Amino acid sequence: MIRFDNVSKTFRRAPVLDGIHLEIGLGERLALIGSNGAGKTTLIRCLLGEYTHDGTVTIEGRSPRADRTAVLGAIGFVPQLPPPLKMPVGQLIGFAAGLCGTAPGRMLDLAERLGLDTGPIMDRQFVRLSGGMKQKLLIAIALGREARVLVMDEPAANLDPEARKIFFELLAERAESATMLISSHRLNEVSALVNRVVELDMGKVVLDDRVADDVSLTGMLACRICVKRFEPALAKALGSWNFNDLGGGLEWQGTVAGPDRLRFLGMTSRYVALISDISMTETQD
Amino acid sequence: MKQLWLTAKLDIVESLRARWFLIYTLVFGGIVALLFLFGLTESRVLGFIGLSRLLVTYIQLTMAILPIFVLITTVRSVAGDREAGVFEYLLSLPVGLGAWFWGKIVGRYIVIFLPVFAAMVGAVLIALVRDIEVPWGMFGYYTALLAAIAACFLGLGMLVSTLARSTDMAQGAAFLVWLTLLLFLDLILLGVMIQGQVAPEVAVGIALANPLQVFRTAALALFDPQLIVLGPSAFVILDTFGAKGYMVYALAYPTLIGAVSATLGYFLFRRGDLP
Repeated sequence: MIRFDNVSKTFRRAPVLDGIHLEIGLGERLALIGSNGAGKTTLIRCLLGEYTHDGTVTIEGRSPRADRTAVLGAIGFVPQLPPPLKMPVGQLIGFAAGLCGTAPGRMLDLAERLGLDTGPIMDRQFVRLSGGMKQKLLIAIALGREARVLVMDEPAANLDPEARKIFFELLAERAESATMLISSHRLNEVSALVNRVVELDMGKVVLDDRVADDVSLTGMLACRICVKRFEPALAKALGSWNFNDLGGGLEWQGTVAGPDRLRFLGMTSRYVALISDISMTETQD
Repeated sequence: MKQLWLTAKLDIVESLRARWFLIYTLVFGGIVALLFLFGLTESRVLGFIGLSRLLVTYIQLTMAILPIFVLITTVRSVAGDREAGVFEYLLSLPVGLGAWFWGKIVGRYIVIFLPVFAAMVGAVLIALVRDIEVPWGMFGYYTALLAAIAACFLGLGMLVSTLARSTDMAQGAAFLVWLTLLLFLDLILLGVMIQGQVAPEVAVGIALANPLQVFRTAALALFDPQLIVLGPSAFVILDTFGAKGYMVYALAYPTLIGAVSATLGYFLFRRGDLP
C-alpha cells in the first residue's frame, strides 16, 4: 500500500531522514513515534508529496508528488497543529469537499457525531475556534471522504473523552478498509490504536515492531474507583471523564473507551495515594 | 478547472475579509472622490478638461500606489501562508499544484483589479450624472493599462513570494523591486544622462524596459500623442514604435513581464518543498 524506498531528506546539509525503508500494508495501523526532530513530520510531508527527497515514496504504486490529485484524494490528513486558516468554517468544508468530490454534509455529519455543533460556527473563522473544535473539524474533513490512507499527527490530543470514544469508533469503522499512520511523541498516547510501531531517531528507523492487537477500538471498560477522602482535583478530573459520584466524592463509576485505558490510568496515577480500590472490566466488544 | 476556481474563490473570499483590501478599496475610491471634490474636472492641463483631466491625474496617482500595494499584499499572502503552516494542510488536499498556484493568481488578480476599475467606473457614473462628457476611448485604454500593470506586478509578487522563505524577506524584496523601478523612472536615468555616462539611447532603452515608465509614458501619450513633455526621448520612442505601436507595446510588455514572472514562480514553486 505505502512504500518508502531509501528515502532521505536534508535541510541545509543536515540530514533529517536517512535512508528510510518502510512498507505498510492495507489495514495496518502504524504508530510513528520519536522525539522532537526525529523526522516524523518530515516523513509525513514526504508521504503527502509536500517535500522533495531522495529515494521514492509510493502509495498503491503511485507517487504523491507526480500524481498529486489522484493520490491525495485517497489520503485523509489531520495535522498536529491546526492551520491558522482565516476562512470561515463553511468555506473550509466547501473547499475540502469540493476538492475531494464528496458531499459537505458527510463531513458535517461526522463533525456532529464528534460532538461539534456546526450550525452556529459555519460563519466563524476557523482560526477562532477552540483547539478541540478545530481538531474535531479536521478529523471530520479527513474521515468524511473515501480515504484509504489516514495520516494523523496526535489526532486525539485536544479531544475530550467522549469525543475520543467516538473518534475510536470512527477509526474502527475504517480499520479493515484503510491504512492508518498515527504520529505521536509518546507511544502510550497511541499504543491502543495501533498494531505496529515504528520509532524514528535522527532520521532513521530504530524500531519496527508488531504489537498485540487485542484492544478493540470500540470496546468499553466499566470502571469503579473508591478513594480514601474527597479530593476536588480528582473529582474534577473524573467529572471530565463523565464519571458519576456515587456518594460524597468517595466512590465513582463510569465507562472508559478501550483504547483510552492507558490515558485514563495515567490520569488516575496522579492520585494513586488516594485510591483505595479500582476496577476495570471489559463490557462489550 | 474546478480546482482552479475553488482556489481562486478561496483567495477572493479571504482577501475580501482582509483589512488590506478595505484600505486598498478606500484608497482608490477615495482618490476619485477627492479629485471630484476638489473640482479637478473643472481645471485644465494641456488643453484637457473634464473627466479626461481627472482620469489623467487618477492614472498618475495609481501608478504610484498600485504596484507597491499589489507587491506587498501578494508576497505577504503567499509567504505568510507558508510561514504560518497553512500550506502544510491545504496542500495535503487533492489539489494540483498548477490549479493551486494559478488559482491564487486568478483570485488575487480579480481582487486587486476590481477596486481600481470600480473607482474608474464610479468616476464615469458621476460624470454622466453631472452631464460631463465621457472620453470613452481614453477610459477603455486606461482600463487596459491598469489591467496590464496589475498583471505585471502580480506576476512579480508571486515570483518574489515563491523565492522568499519568510514574510520579512518577501516584503523586503518586494519593496526593493518597487524602489528600483521607481528610481529608474527619473532619478538615476536623469543623473547618468546629465553626467554623460551612458548614451541617450541606452537611457531610453532602460526606460522602455521599466514597466512603470512604460505605463507612465503610455498614460502621457494619450493626451500628448507627440510626447512633447518627454523632450528628445519622444523621437526614439515614436521612431521605434509609432504612436499606435507604442500603445500596444505599453499593454503587451507589462503583461508579458507579469506572465513570465508568474510562470517562473510556478516552476520554482512546484520544483521545491511546498510548506
